Amino acid sequence: MIITCPHCGPRDLAEFTYQGDATLSRPEPASTDQEAWNAYVYDRANPAGEHREYWQHAGGCRKFLVVTRNTLTHAISGVEFAPATGSSRRKRS
Amino acid sequence: MAKQRPGFIADPVMRARAVSPLAGHIETGQFGVAVGQSPSVRLGERFGLSIAEVTAWKGRESKCRAAIKATASAALKVAPGSGSVKTAAGAFNIAPMRWLVSGESPELVANLADAVSEDGTVTDLSHGRTVIRVDGEKSRWVLAKLFAVDLSDAAMPRGNGLATAHHDIFAQIQRVGADAFDVYVFRSFARSFWHLLCRSAEEAGYRVD
Ligand SMILES: [Zn+2]
Repeated sequence: MIITCPHCGPRDLAEFTYQGDATLSRPEPASTDQEAWNAYVYDRANPAGEHREYWQHAGGCRKFLVVTRNTLTHAISGVEFAPATGSSRRKRS
Repeated sequence: MAKQRPGFIADPVMRARAVSPLAGHIETGQFGVAVGQSPSVRLGERFGLSIAEVTAWKGRESKCRAAIKATASAALKVAPGSGSVKTAAGAFNIAPMRWLVSGESPELVANLADAVSEDGTVTDLSHGRTVIRVDGEKSRWVLAKLFAVDLSDAAMPRGNGLATAHHDIFAQIQRVGADAFDVYVFRSFARSFWHLLCRSAEEAGYRVD
């Protein structure tokens, strides 16, 4: 699998570290809502198809990326820097 | 010049006392060279350089580039990997808003810290990196055994560089000549990497001065 880093260009999978599901929103740090925390920590949709996930280009520019990857085919349809997507910021309700 | 420096600016490398991690492990001579042939790769360490990483705060990238130009006379373009190399100093982009700067002057890092000032951070890596130069007509061929990156003329003009890894050995590579590349590795990996590089170059025939 090759991931095209927005900074470094196409690089081998070995340079990247998987950092988890990018579709989840972290609860407010002060939240004591056990169900919300439980869902954030444990609930995973595990889709067979397109999935948004965090990867870090640890063996390159070291930036965190959001990669849209098809879990059935490993086809990658999008790579962006994580902070630019807004997905790493908690949503305000 | 007893100027107060922030704690992350280490003392300049004391060249008279500093010891390379490769000391005692570099064997000079020609290796893997067939009779009547000449070596197609030259390997060597660039020891005692001042090395620093500059990271710009958001929106201060152009000011950091200007500071690097003023200190290391390296004019930097905006494109990823852009760099510049002169005899005494050089710099190249290794990540968004980050550059690796190196040079002969023992004052380089302190001067860089002054020039960058509030526009970013300067981390002295002089003690932490070992720089190995790979030169010669087969330099790319040897490096291609270790790194899955494009080191061709078109992809990497002279002065430009990139960050990559050979398994867990993190490496930053700058093209410094027609066939010459400087590879920056953590000093704790230097001996292992040197050994690997020599074995990889053996097939091409290499020389160490
Ligand atoms: Zn990258």
